[in-house]
Amino acid sequence: MIALGKFYLLAILVFLYLPIIVMMAMGFNDSSLYELPFHFTTKWYVALADNSQLISSGINSVVIALITAVVATVAGTMAAVALGRRVIRGKSLLQLLLLPPIAIPWLITGTAMLVFFFWTGIGRGMHALILGHVALAIPYVVLVVGTGLQTIRADLEEAAMSLGSTPVHAFFSVTLPLLAPSILGAALFAFAVSLDQFVISYFLSTPGFTTLPVQIYSAIRKGFTPEINAISTILLLGSMAVIVVFAVFARPGGNRDKR
Amino acid sequence: MTNVKINSVAKNYGQVSVLSDITTQFPEGSFTSLLGPSGSGKTTLLRIVAGFVTPDSGTVSIGSRNVTNVPVWARNIGMVFQSYALFPHMTVRENVAFGLARRGIKGAEARSQIDRALEMVRLPGFGDRKPKQLSGGQQQRVALARALVIQPSVLLLDEPLSALDRRLRQEMQVELKRIQRETGLTTVFVTHDQEEALALSDQVAILDRGQIVQMGVPTDIYEKPKTRFAAEFLGDTNFLTGTVSARIVTLSDGTAIRLADAEVAPSDGQSVTLAVRPEKIRIVEGVADAEPGLNRLQARVTAVIYAGAALTYVLTASDGTPFKIFAQNTTGTIIPEGAQVTLTWEPKHTILLQDQA
Repeated sequence: MIALGKFYLLAILVFLYLPIIVMMAMGFNDSSLYELPFHFTTKWYVALADNSQLISSGINSVVIALITAVVATVAGTMAAVALGRRVIRGKSLLQLLLLPPIAIPWLITGTAMLVFFFWTGIGRGMHALILGHVALAIPYVVLVVGTGLQTIRADLEEAAMSLGSTPVHAFFSVTLPLLAPSILGAALFAFAVSLDQFVISYFLSTPGFTTLPVQIYSAIRKGFTPEINAISTILLLGSMAVIVVFAVFARPGGNRDKR
Repeated sequence: MTNVKINSVAKNYGQVSVLSDITTQFPEGSFTSLLGPSGSGKTTLLRIVAGFVTPDSGTVSIGSRNVTNVPVWARNIGMVFQSYALFPHMTVRENVAFGLARRGIKGAEARSQIDRALEMVRLPGFGDRKPKQLSGGQQQRVALARALVIQPSVLLLDEPLSALDRRLRQEMQVELKRIQRETGLTTVFVTHDQEEALALSDQVAILDRGQIVQMGVPTDIYEKPKTRFAAEFLGDTNFLTGTVSARIVTLSDGTAIRLADAEVAPSDGQSVTLAVRPEKIRIVEGVADAEPGLNRLQARVTAVIYAGAALTYVLTASDGTPFKIFAQNTTGTIIPEGAQVTLTWEPKHTILLQDQA
């Protein structure tokens, strides 16, 4: 059984990480056609520095992901707290309505958004991308923060109020600090949802403003060089760094005491 | 230190009436227990005094101040919750300091007050621990210190001992009583544990379906319950029904039971319910004559529960009502099941209930 388990784990690691490692390695290979044998070079990174299209779409991706993370986290946290702590009419309906956007294929959501944005005059471009990504990320935030909120007893705020806190002070001094790891996790989720997003971004991009996945996609169609591997590696290491920071400071699911 | 006055307070949740027209008073420095089954409205009453629940009608005053429309945070109450509700991200000191900080008390003054509060609950030196590192009883003490340090006008306790195990609970009862005496705080204590209520309180209020059915000192509540509910909820009781005639209640089989002299007898011919506490009854095997002046009832033993030091006899009285009595195991002989017995008790232990049969 144990041997089988180990094999299973190994298989997961191989199929999940090997392609990524190969992708990263090819960014340092001399051949533009991904040919072996391997000859180490950093020329694709040098070339990347001059590839303004890839660089700017990469920056666009990060900027949009950051804005999405901030906006969706704030809005989603407020929604989660309202749904979790207040008495609201139609609460269960609202909570139910959060789930379909996660389950509906992005292609359908994207088409719907494109049509809707066109129809209302919102159009395409950066603002449309942010709107779309925020709308997409909010359900994730509400779910993650809402789950975190369930582990925090409501009588903690009552205790704070009995000691002289207004409801607002009670929320900020008691609930929010306890909710911080969940909020951070939700922000990370929102960031990842936005950074990953291709289908909706593809619909809402304009020729002058694209995100990295859209840019990579069009580059692939036109023929491409390992510069794509280079920027992907940079992005990957960047996201991994964020996750490591999160894991060290927030310890999701673990002991929250900082000692 | 102030009294609490509740005047005609009512609360409904939709169609459900949780409290109906409660008027009562908790005197200055007193320890009052609100006792009742779940759904009786005891917690709602406490939360109305705290300010978490606004009554639909009526007023609440703490001291000379009408606080009916004053929010919780401006009422200066000390509250201890069933779950303790300690802030898990703060140390013990930070927990206790929370209320002081809200009152602008900081630095050395706060430090000395926190130290005094932690000493009062016998937890000095625990200040730097997190709540998670404390036992249930210790957490309870911190919650108490946090509520006391702000010098509240009234101390409200919402089943604070129910999460503790039996031994710890008894220990905390003593502590709670000591602290309440030392501080002289007007205290309202919600519980469903009757023994706890009797042991701790200056007065007990029994609640049933949103109303205070009886309120008084523990001995009165136990020895003189007014209603079947109060008699049944607090301790074990035997009930007898019969018809009154000249201070004598005649049961269906003709047995005559004398009322207590202090009791105001209802008019003749009225049907009444009597209550007799099981520990007040003496049991003798066989058909025996009672000493003059005692009430006497024939019965048959249906079951004996032997618990070493004490015995519980389950009986059927001659009029068919089920009976239960507690006897100390002084003789070492046990009356067997099926035996004919004679029960005797003093008329003063015959309780005439006000809700008539």
